[in-house]
Amino acid sequence: MRPSAARVIVTHAALIAATLVTLYPVLWVVRTALSPGGGLSLSASPVPREATLDNFADVVGTTGAGGEWLFGRQLLNSIVVASAATLVGLVLSATAAYAFSRFRFPGREGGMRFLLVTQMFPGVVMAIPLYILLDRLGLLDSLTGLVLVYATTTLPFCIWMLKGWFDTLPREIEEAALIDGASRRVYFVRIVLPLSRPALVVTGLFSFMSAWNEFILASTFLGREEVFTLPVLLHRYVGAQHTDWPRFAAGAIIVSIPIMALFLALQRHLVGGLTAGSVKG
Amino acid sequence: MTCPLPLASCLLPFVFCLLPFESRADELVLWHAYIGGEEEALAEWSRGYAAENAGTTIRLLRVPSEAMTQKLASAVPRGHGPDIFIWAHEQVGAWADAGLLRPMPAEVERAAAGIHLRGTVNPLVYRGALWGLPLAFKSVALFRNTDLAATPPQTTDEMIGVAAGLTDHAAGRFGLAYEAGAFYYQAAWLHGFGGGVRNPDGTLGVSSIQNARALAFAADLVARGIVPADADGALVAELFTTGRAAMAIQGPWFLPAARRSGVPYAISPLPEVLATGLPARPFLTVEAAFVSARARLPEAALAAAADLAGPTSARLRALRGGQPVTARAAWNDPSVAADQDLAAFRAQLARSVPMPNEPRMRALWEPAAGALRAVLRGDVDAGTALQEADRRFRIFTRPAPPASDPLPYAAALGIAMLAGAAMLARRARRVRLLPRMRASRHAYLYLLPAGLGVVVLLTVPFVVGAAVSLTAHRGGEFSFVGLRNFVEILASRDFGLTEPENFYRTLGVTVLWTVLNVGLHLAIGVALALLLKDPWLRLRGIYRVLLILPWAVPNYITALIWKGMFHRQLGAVNAVLGWFGVEPVGWFDRFSTAFAANLATNVWLGFPFMMVVTLGALQAIPRDIEEAAAIDGAGPWMRFRRLTLPAILPALAPATVLGCVWTFNMFNVIYLVSGGNPEGRTEILISQAYRWAFSRQEQYGYAAAYAVLIFGILLAFDLAARRWTAREAAGT
Repeated sequence: MRPSAARVIVTHAALIAATLVTLYPVLWVVRTALSPGGGLSLSASPVPREATLDNFADVVGTTGAGGEWLFGRQLLNSIVVASAATLVGLVLSATAAYAFSRFRFPGREGGMRFLLVTQMFPGVVMAIPLYILLDRLGLLDSLTGLVLVYATTTLPFCIWMLKGWFDTLPREIEEAALIDGASRRVYFVRIVLPLSRPALVVTGLFSFMSAWNEFILASTFLGREEVFTLPVLLHRYVGAQHTDWPRFAAGAIIVSIPIMALFLALQRHLVGGLTAGSVKG
Repeated sequence: MTCPLPLASCLLPFVFCLLPFESRADELVLWHAYIGGEEEALAEWSRGYAAENAGTTIRLLRVPSEAMTQKLASAVPRGHGPDIFIWAHEQVGAWADAGLLRPMPAEVERAAAGIHLRGTVNPLVYRGALWGLPLAFKSVALFRNTDLAATPPQTTDEMIGVAAGLTDHAAGRFGLAYEAGAFYYQAAWLHGFGGGVRNPDGTLGVSSIQNARALAFAADLVARGIVPADADGALVAELFTTGRAAMAIQGPWFLPAARRSGVPYAISPLPEVLATGLPARPFLTVEAAFVSARARLPEAALAAAADLAGPTSARLRALRGGQPVTARAAWNDPSVAADQDLAAFRAQLARSVPMPNEPRMRALWEPAAGALRAVLRGDVDAGTALQEADRRFRIFTRPAPPASDPLPYAAALGIAMLAGAAMLARRARRVRLLPRMRASRHAYLYLLPAGLGVVVLLTVPFVVGAAVSLTAHRGGEFSFVGLRNFVEILASRDFGLTEPENFYRTLGVTVLWTVLNVGLHLAIGVALALLLKDPWLRLRGIYRVLLILPWAVPNYITALIWKGMFHRQLGAVNAVLGWFGVEPVGWFDRFSTAFAANLATNVWLGFPFMMVVTLGALQAIPRDIEEAAAIDGAGPWMRFRRLTLPAILPALAPATVLGCVWTFNMFNVIYLVSGGNPEGRTEILISQAYRWAFSRQEQYGYAAAYAVLIFGILLAFDLAARRWTAREAAGT
C-alpha cells in the first residue's frame, strides 16, 4: 500500500522536529567541547563561535604523575571492565533466563518476581555495605570486583529480557532436538543461543553501556590511577568550586563515542531484540 | 583443537588488568583533588621529595572532588585509605570525631604558628588539637575588568555606583557578577554588616538583625539588575572573561580562566560596607595536608606532610600552581612577592573569617541557602527567612534519639523467623516441595551462578543497608534506636504538611513525578514508534539511531546540560521563548517551573526506551491484517484501539512497571537539574534520603529508613499492579 504524499510529508516533518529537539542538547555538548575558553558558554545557537580541538587533545593526552599515558590506560580499563561485565552478565543471565523459560520448578514465579524487586532497592544505602563486602572478599581496588558488581546489577533486567525472548522460540525445535538425543546443554548452546542473537546483542549492549558509564562505585572502590575507568577520569574536570566545562564536554563526547558506534553498528538488532520476546510475557 | 595463540595474546592485557595490585610497603599514598597547575606543582614536589629521601616514594592519586569525602569515609576505617590527603579544613571536626585523622604532635603544633601566616593554622584546630598542616588559603576577592573599572572601590556605595553605571542590559553586561544564590559568596556581606554564622553565645545560627540587613542588601543588588540573578560559577566566569561583567567576586580557582581570557584584570579585597564601616569579610578555607589515623608509616607520612607544607614546596605551589600559600618564607621569594594576584588574596586573608570547622556547620548550608534564595526572589522578608533557616538547622542537628534495648526487637525477629520457617516447612510437606525440587535440580544448576550474584552482591548489601535504618548515626557512632526513625518520618512531627521535608509532601511530589514521567515516556515513545514503523519510510535507520541518542550519552552529563539550558539569562529555553515575546522565566524559582524543568529533562532521557520497546512489539503485528482493516474502512484511531494497542500492551506492561520503578528512584535528574530548588520543594524521596545521609549531619539511620520506606512503597505498587492486571486478564 503506497502512502499518500501528504502523509509522507507529515511523517517526515514530525520526525525531523522530534529529532531536532532530541539532538539539540547533544549538539550543545559538542559546541562546548569545541569552544576554546575555560567557561561554559550559554546561548541558544549550537554553532560554536570559534572552534578548537585542544580540549580533546588535552583529555586524550592526560598523563599521570610519572608521565605515563593515563588516558590510554584508563581507556583500556574501561574496555576491559565493560566487556568483562557484559560477558559475565550475558553468561549468567542467559543460563538463568533459560531456566526460567524452559523449566517448571518450585520457586520459579517467586524468583522472577524477586528479580523485579531487586530493581526497587534504593542505591543510596547500598554503597557502603557493598564496599565492606568487597573488602572482605579481597576484591577491593581490583577491576574484578567492579566487573562482578556491574554484571550483577544489570542481571535482573537482562534475565527478564532474555526470558521473554526465549519464551517466543518455538518449542517444537526443542522437542525434536531432545528426541534426536541432543542433551539440554548442547541444545542450549547450539540452538537457543544462536537463535537469540538479537536479544543477546541488545541485553549485551545494555550491560556494556551501564558498566561503561558508571562513575560513583568506580570512584569509591578503586584506589589507584592505573585502575580508574574513563568516567572517573572525566570527573577530574568537575572541581569543588569550578568545573572545566570544555574539557568535561570533550571528555563526555570521547566517552560516548564508543557507545554511539555500538548503537550504530547494532541498530538493526536493537529494535527486534529488546522486546519482540516480551510480547508473550 | 589448535591452541588459538593470537586469541590468548589478545586476552593477556585483559587478564593483566584484572589482577589485584600489591601496594609497596615503603610507599606513601597521597590523595588529592587538584587539577591543572596545582596538580603539576604537587607532582613536581613529590618527585623532588622522593629524590631527596632515598627509600621513600610518594604515590599521588587524584580523586574526583565529588567522591573524596565518601571515599575517605569508606576507605580509611578499613585500612585502604591514603597515608596523607589534601582537603579543605571545614571537614576537620567531622573527620576528627570519626577517627579518620592523626593529630599533629605537640612540637609540630608549636612550630606551625611560626611557619605559617597568621590565621591559617587556627582553622585546623578542633577540640584543642591541631589536625593538619596548612598548605594554601582560599577566599573570594573582587576581580575588576580594568578597562571598565579602573580603580578598586573602597566602599560598597562606591562599588554599587561604579557597577550601576556599567550595567547595560541591552549589551548583556552586568556591573558585578557573583553567585548570588550561594550562601558561601554572600557570607562576605553578612560579616560586613556585623553578622555571621554564629549566635552571640558561640553556637551556630544565622538569625540576626545584621544578617537580615545583609541579605536585604544582597537582594537589592539583584533587584536593581546590577548583579545577575541565579548566576552559577560558570555564568560568572563566562560573563567576566567575555568582558560582560565589570567586576566579579571569585576565588583563586578562577585565575587560570581569567589569565587565559586576555581580559585586563586586577584583584583587590572586597570593599568596606558603608553602613557599618566594617570590611566585607569572605569565608576563609584553608587547604591542608592531613595524616590518616590508619597511615601505614605514620612517621614518614608526617615528615612528608611537613615538607609539603614547608617553604620550598610552598614556593613551588605558588609559582607553578598559582596557589596563595600559607608558608611565610615562600612570600619572601621575589617572584612570589611580585605576583599581584597572590598579593591581593593575601590582603584579603587579613579580612576574612575562617569557615567554622565543627561538624554541625555542614548542616547549616542547606537551610541558609534556602533563606537566601527566598529573600532574593522577594518572597519573604529577610528576618523571617533567617528565623526559618535557624529552625530547620535545629531540626537537622537535633541529637540522636535515646538508644533502645535491642533485645525485644531481636526476640520479635527470632519469633517471626521461627514462625515463618515453621509455616514454610508445613507448606513444603503439603505440596511435596522437596521431591519436586530434587526433580528439577537441572533448573537450579542453571540458576545457581546468577542467583548467587544477585543474592551476594545485590540483596546482602541492601539488607545490611536496610538494617542501618534501626540505628541513629551521629559523629561516627551508631546507636540502636529500634523503629524510632520510621515513627519520626511517618508521624512527621517536625515538618508541617506544606514543608519540603515533610514525608507525605515528598511522597506526593514523587508520585506526581513518576506518573507524569512514565505517562509522557509512553505517549511520546509510542507516538514516535508508530511514525517509525512503516517500511516505506526513508531514512528510517537514521531517525531511529538519532532518536535513541539520549539513552547513549551518560545521563549525569546530559542532566547538567539541561540545567544550563534552563538558565534564566543565557539558557536556550528562555532564548527560544523570547522569540515569542515571553519574558525570561526563572525556572528554578517556582515549584511548578522547576518541576517542569526536571520533567522535561527526564522525559528526554526516558522516551527512547519506550520507543524501542514499542517498535519491537509492533513487529509482531502482521502487516496484512492491518491493511485488511484499513481496506475494511477502519479509521486510524479505530485501528490503533482495536489492533495496535492490544498487540503492544503485553510488551508495554512490564516495561511500564520497570519504568515506574526506575523513575521513582531517578536521583540524578533531581540532584543535577533543579538540585531540589526552590528550597527542596522539588525533592523526591530518594534525593531527600540522600540529603539526610550526606548534607544533614550524616544521619545514615534516618536516610536508610527513607530507603526502606521507598522500597516498601514500590513493593506495594507492584502488588497492586499485579492484582489489577490479573483482574483485567480474568475480566477479558
